[in-house]
Amino acid sequence: MLSPEDWTAISLTLKLAGLTTGILLVIATPLAWHLAYTQRWWKASLNALVALPLVLPPTVLGFYLLILLGPKGWVGQSMKSIGLDTLPFSFTGLLVASVLYSLPFVVQPIQAAFSGLDRRLLEAATTLQARPLDTFFSVALPLSKHGFLTATVLGFAHTVGEFGVVLMIGGNISGETRVVSVQLYDYVESMNYQAAHSLAALLVLFAFSVLLSLYYLNRGK
Amino acid sequence: MSTLSVQFRLKLAAFELDVQLELPAIGISVITGSSGSGKTLLLRCIAGLERPALAYCKVKEIVWEDSTRNYSLAAYQRPLGYVFQESCLFPHLNVQQNIDYGRKRLRLRSNPSQSLDTVIELLNIGHLLKRSPAKLSGGEKQRVAIARALAVDPQLLLMDEPLASLDQAHKYEILPYLRRLQWDLQLPVLYITHSPQEMTQLADHLVLMDKGKILASGELQAVLTRLDLPLAQSQRASSVLTAEVFAYDAAFQLLQLRFSGGVLSVPHLALPKGSQLRVRIYARDVSLALQPPASFEPFNSLHAQVLGIMNQAVGYTTVSLRVGAELLLAQVTRKTASFLQLKHGQIVYAEIKNAAILS
Repeated sequence: MLSPEDWTAISLTLKLAGLTTGILLVIATPLAWHLAYTQRWWKASLNALVALPLVLPPTVLGFYLLILLGPKGWVGQSMKSIGLDTLPFSFTGLLVASVLYSLPFVVQPIQAAFSGLDRRLLEAATTLQARPLDTFFSVALPLSKHGFLTATVLGFAHTVGEFGVVLMIGGNISGETRVVSVQLYDYVESMNYQAAHSLAALLVLFAFSVLLSLYYLNRGK
Repeated sequence: MSTLSVQFRLKLAAFELDVQLELPAIGISVITGSSGSGKTLLLRCIAGLERPALAYCKVKEIVWEDSTRNYSLAAYQRPLGYVFQESCLFPHLNVQQNIDYGRKRLRLRSNPSQSLDTVIELLNIGHLLKRSPAKLSGGEKQRVAIARALAVDPQLLLMDEPLASLDQAHKYEILPYLRRLQWDLQLPVLYITHSPQEMTQLADHLVLMDKGKILASGELQAVLTRLDLPLAQSQRASSVLTAEVFAYDAAFQLLQLRFSGGVLSVPHLALPKGSQLRVRIYARDVSLALQPPASFEPFNSLHAQVLGIMNQAVGYTTVSLRVGAELLLAQVTRKTASFLQLKHGQIVYAEIKNAAILS
């Protein structure tokens, strides 16, 4: 049913989604903590900035990244000057774009979990001689595990589902940037509906089972 | 005598806390006052959970904080136990793990002195150790919270209305433990409460706060009987005496108590001879006379000297009296006061109509 090309695309997609989710969990946790607890003037702006990828057409994000990371862009130039390859049309470039694109899907559930924490429990830990980082790992983190679960699932699934950003910055290179959604697009372009059906059905099945397991795991909350 | 000295100045929006206090570093100091008087904020300052503009805090010769020298122990470094109004147990840990939480962190730094078995036994929570906090009753939760606070070997125990969220029955379940803890562990306690019951039962020292300031601070008896304070002016004003059981009249179920000012008999179950007790007497249960009463119950008429007289709202007068070494409050109608022509230093007979034994 699935061709070797399809399998390459699937494994590339899983690799991209897995790495993106991993990187995002590391970045999003301190960011979400800051957003949940800061009272500084920049809180609203930072919140809006993080949520931006929710609203923008993915092509806009991809376009600006292409400009920024490209050989003439500010980041691209500095990378070239230290002897690095530029990022567009490479897996790394795709990874950077995916991290930005899926950021709100990981930050927001964690931020909601942190905001919902009972502050008094954190203070209780402090009076029981726990240092701030200790309090975070021994009280805040275990009590926010539903938020982290939701963040992981949404971040992963949303990266699997990305298309516009990939097309803008990743292009269509087999084994490097051709993810499942692009592969599907190719099939449809070339009128190969038979192959498109199998891949599309697989994605529907994936999306449904991901959401189902998420609701199942969070049912107790 | 070692003491506890604190001074804090802290502005929060429209509220300002401005306090300076010297407390004995022994016994229970009860902090009371109306809602919003800054009691909790004071405790949070002592615990290091707030950042006051001006701060000084010294506990038993050890300085915890001194803003003039820019010195401050972080909250997690202060050797204190804090019991919150709601138990604040960690919901993801069971009772044993909750109690061990602070204990484990303490071990990293020092050797905990006493074993926890005493505390667990004293608070009667041994059978709950494997349970999750969600499966405990309100009273059990608070007892576990107290054990958890004690597990860090504190030099000072801070309790913020620990019994406020409990019903009357559960309060009575915990109050005796608190008194015993204090005796057994020799730990100074700062205890916030609104309840006159808890205040008279627990306090050795009483601090009265109002609008972020200290209105009065002193021995329980002295503060309770100060006529210029809202406590003595309230309808439920009371005074407290310490007395010793010397006999029991089984036929009438009367407990005979002796104290420096005389003898009291109070209806009660038998108690061992020689027991030291606290007795609370409401001011409205004390009447005054110039002659000893010719009544059949001569016990509860005490020889007293008038210390102060203060007219209260709507026709009442409160009188503070010295009875032996103890202080007593009486509330009489203004008409009676005028009829008796009360004045300072005058000798009167105080008749105690009712007294409650505080266990």
